[in-house]
Amino acid sequence: MRVPILKQGGYLIASVQSALTDRDLLDLRDNLAQQVGKFRSRGVIIDVTSLDVLDSFAVRTLRTLAQMIRLRGAETVIAGIQPEIAFAMVQLGLDLGDVATALDLEEGLVLLERRTSGGGRRAKRSGN
Amino acid sequence: MHLRENRTQLREEWARRVTEDQLLTAMTKEEIFAEATTVYDNYVAVLETGSVEALQAYARDLSERIIPRGVEANEVVGIVLLLRDVLGRSLLKKYQSDLVLLNRVMDAYEPASNRIANTVAVSFVQERERIIRQQQEAIRELSTPVLQVRERLLILPIIGVIDSQRARQVTEQLLRGIRANRAKVVVIDITGVPTVDSTVANHLVQTVDASRLMGATVIVTGLSSEIAQTLVTIGVDLTKMKTVGDLQGGIEEAERLLGYKVILEESAKESETP
Repeated sequence: MRVPILKQGGYLIASVQSALTDRDLLDLRDNLAQQVGKFRSRGVIIDVTSLDVLDSFAVRTLRTLAQMIRLRGAETVIAGIQPEIAFAMVQLGLDLGDVATALDLEEGLVLLERRTSGGGRRAKRSGN
Repeated sequence: MHLRENRTQLREEWARRVTEDQLLTAMTKEEIFAEATTVYDNYVAVLETGSVEALQAYARDLSERIIPRGVEANEVVGIVLLLRDVLGRSLLKKYQSDLVLLNRVMDAYEPASNRIANTVAVSFVQERERIIRQQQEAIRELSTPVLQVRERLLILPIIGVIDSQRARQVTEQLLRGIRANRAKVVVIDITGVPTVDSTVANHLVQTVDASRLMGATVIVTGLSSEIAQTLVTIGVDLTKMKTVGDLQGGIEEAERLLGYKVILEESAKESETP
């Protein structure tokens, strides 16, 4: 299933609604990387609240996605990882590296706000 | 029947031998005598009827009463075997003259008394295991409180030994607490953890990582100098962890992260402004 990407001010929000195939994940990665440039976004939030499985491929893809987004000049936040998934991930040794995480979408927005504010040129832009 | 007729005498003989062998030292003489009467009657009843159910219930009940007083398994088995011995000897004495009758009596007596010894021992052990299980559960429930001390700030004091099962439980409880309280910062205090080895350290790292995945920052406090030395010696990588000396420092650091400022008012009352 395709993941809808919503534009909210200077941020992009990808809200994952159902289990993703590997193909969906790669599409999500490419779409986000592309749209970050198109909308000149400052940050990306990937909301995984409704996911109840995150396998190693998904984690790796999210990690590379965050790296790509950073190279494109924006920040990535993974929001809404469920307790069971968090626990399973550390048990399996899956690591999101230094990708920022947040409790939920709201927290993610606050986090992005703090990380990207005062960033000169972009901070001055009124959200469009 | 012979054993019932000589109840008083045999019972006293038994109680005397129990005391002689220094069994049941945790109980007074009167208590031993009172219990001995009941045990004796139950014992004889089983010999007569062959049904161990009543004795089983009684043994369980007795175990429940005497286990908290420190009565050991060898004592319980010991007194039952003593009674078996006392009764056996008395039967032997009585039917000595008639070998055929003695044989028949012994054929009935031996298997029944073996079964009684078995029943009592098993009941005792079962009761003891039940108590241990109960206590373990109680400890487990008590041992991992996740407490909110400020809006979005949780503390998790860990007391006692951490094994894999407990670490797992602590982590799960913490993660649930983070979601339920929408926590941003968690202070884990390990002052009460006696020893930290590489396994425990890895559990801690896992807990910290999992909390981070939920968007919470973890501060570990209460690492004693001994523990710090052990960790450095065994080479555990704790660089990913934020550590502060004591719980107070940890909470202060957490407040700083959350933007709280605690000021002491002139009237020496504490108040806070977010």
